[in-house]
Amino acid sequence: MVALSQERLVSSQVVPARRSFKPSFDRVFRLASLGSALLVLIVLLGIIGAMIYGGLPAFREFGFGFITSTVWNVNEDQYGAWVAIVGTLSTALIALVIGVPLSLGIAIFLTQLCPPWLKRPVATTIELLAAVPSIIYGMWGLFVFAPLFANYIQMPVSNLVEGLPIVGTILYARTPSGVGILTAGIILAIMIIPFIASIARDILDQIPPVLRESAYGIGCTTWEVVRNVLLPQAGVSIIGAIMLGLGRALGETMAVTFVIGNANRLSGSLFDPGSTIASRIANEFNEAIGLQLNALMALGCILFLVTFTVLVLARILVSRVKVA
Amino acid sequence: MMDTALQTPATAKTTPSPAAWGRVRRSRHLADRALKVVCTLFTVIGATVLGWILLMLLVEGIGGLSPAVFTETTPGPGSQGGGIANAIVGSLILTVLGIVVATPIGVLAGTYLAEYGKGSKLAEIIRFVNDILLAAPSILIGLFVYMLMVQPMGGYSGWAGGVALAIIAVPVIVRTTEDMLRLVPGSLREAGAALGAPMSTVIISISWKAARAGMVTGVLLATARIAGETAPLLFTALNNNFWFNPNLMGGVANLPVMIFQFALSPYENWRELAWAGALIITLSILALSVVARLLLRKDQVR
Repeated sequence: MVALSQERLVSSQVVPARRSFKPSFDRVFRLASLGSALLVLIVLLGIIGAMIYGGLPAFREFGFGFITSTVWNVNEDQYGAWVAIVGTLSTALIALVIGVPLSLGIAIFLTQLCPPWLKRPVATTIELLAAVPSIIYGMWGLFVFAPLFANYIQMPVSNLVEGLPIVGTILYARTPSGVGILTAGIILAIMIIPFIASIARDILDQIPPVLRESAYGIGCTTWEVVRNVLLPQAGVSIIGAIMLGLGRALGETMAVTFVIGNANRLSGSLFDPGSTIASRIANEFNEAIGLQLNALMALGCILFLVTFTVLVLARILVSRVKVA
Repeated sequence: MMDTALQTPATAKTTPSPAAWGRVRRSRHLADRALKVVCTLFTVIGATVLGWILLMLLVEGIGGLSPAVFTETTPGPGSQGGGIANAIVGSLILTVLGIVVATPIGVLAGTYLAEYGKGSKLAEIIRFVNDILLAAPSILIGLFVYMLMVQPMGGYSGWAGGVALAIIAVPVIVRTTEDMLRLVPGSLREAGAALGAPMSTVIISISWKAARAGMVTGVLLATARIAGETAPLLFTALNNNFWFNPNLMGGVANLPVMIFQFALSPYENWRELAWAGALIITLSILALSVVARLLLRKDQVR
């Protein structure tokens, strides 16, 4: 900081004497970078404003009932968000339940178990998974995964649980087509693994090796080191990483649109088709007019609020540990 | 740790542990083994999925590739043959447009965060907001640009598509630029200032120069990120089965939306084209990411 203030002092003293155009360029450059930085802020405010402005007519028309109503009828101009909200939350939850253990396993493998020569190829492979466009995951999910899932999971499980209480509802597929809430959750899990795994790996790498080595030194096994040394150290920021993954899963659009089945009904079964906020917007927005457009905007507004909250929490959790 | 294990002396005697483990109790040994096996298995699963996706793309995509793919425009419903030349060119134009808009804004904003606003409250807020934008659902950015440009301009346009992609690219560039500039040692800046250079000159000819490779990597990563984005283009550039207007008004054909529409269509030739497009776009994006990584690594070694 001292160096910086001195540097500023020096530059402001010497330059005007030498060349007259430089101070003005200096100021223009400074203002341009300040303006660009402010633009980032303005874009976020703009997104919030656009969502509220676009969704307001729908909120005004249906009031609080917009959130709790399960009706989505284009012909009668009646709209409710509940089915899409439940779809969004349940697919994201499934994604976390499947994706988090896998991601943490990969992070632990990369930082604790992996032989050094294998580290870079494996890490690159996992990171490349993050670069694959979401539409490709959608195609893989629909054309490769869904048929296998229908044949080898849905049908046997449905036959097995048919007639049983509770399980017979949750895991019963009326039409085993392979698409549905659970399939969408699994595809989302695959998509968030690279994000959570690479952040978790960075966090585990930051823990001082001395801690780990002293635990090994008193005779701990790898499991005990991970359980009693690494996880307590990294705990909070790993939760932050998980929430970053949750933010992704909530807003993911294209892959989910391919595999969720896009049905507007509330079903007790994970094998049945449903819809999420993002998939509904993607499906209906281009043909929507009037109140339907506003209702879709209102859905976007809800999605924004939910992801915004999750991302802010994630950011706070991740940064707090970095400072400590 | 001692009290967690339920172990009777009898079982300890009947199961001789391997020499390397000495007198370690069996439950500890098992827990450790389980961790190693499970973690390795999970990593194998992750790598397998990537391999599987690439294999699927190669198998399905190469079958759909032909010279016509690169020379003809997308076919109408029910017609035979056709290519995706208009979608490829459209995607290139939209991506370049997005990057051309995003690069100066992103680099300057990143420069502000790293050089001017180092400890200020404003910089902290912007850094926070940038991180939120980095992970914000891209479909919302599509909705925002729809309200901002498509509605006032009275129709879908390539310009709106470019702006939507730029909004997605900016946070990536801001973040990498700031990170890279922070790695530049302060003594370099001080040396520049000691020669009487104003702050802008110090930044441009010293900080930017020193961080150049990292900043280029950021732009490449941003390009890779926006090249495959579908959701924001759905409401801005849409799609088009013909060559676009020279003024980019009206729908502009692009690979991601083309893939989305064609993959879910009932026509056999449409689906083949979707696979070909998916192969082209994924390989380009993976190539971009790998090049970006290599560039950064080479710079770090140096």
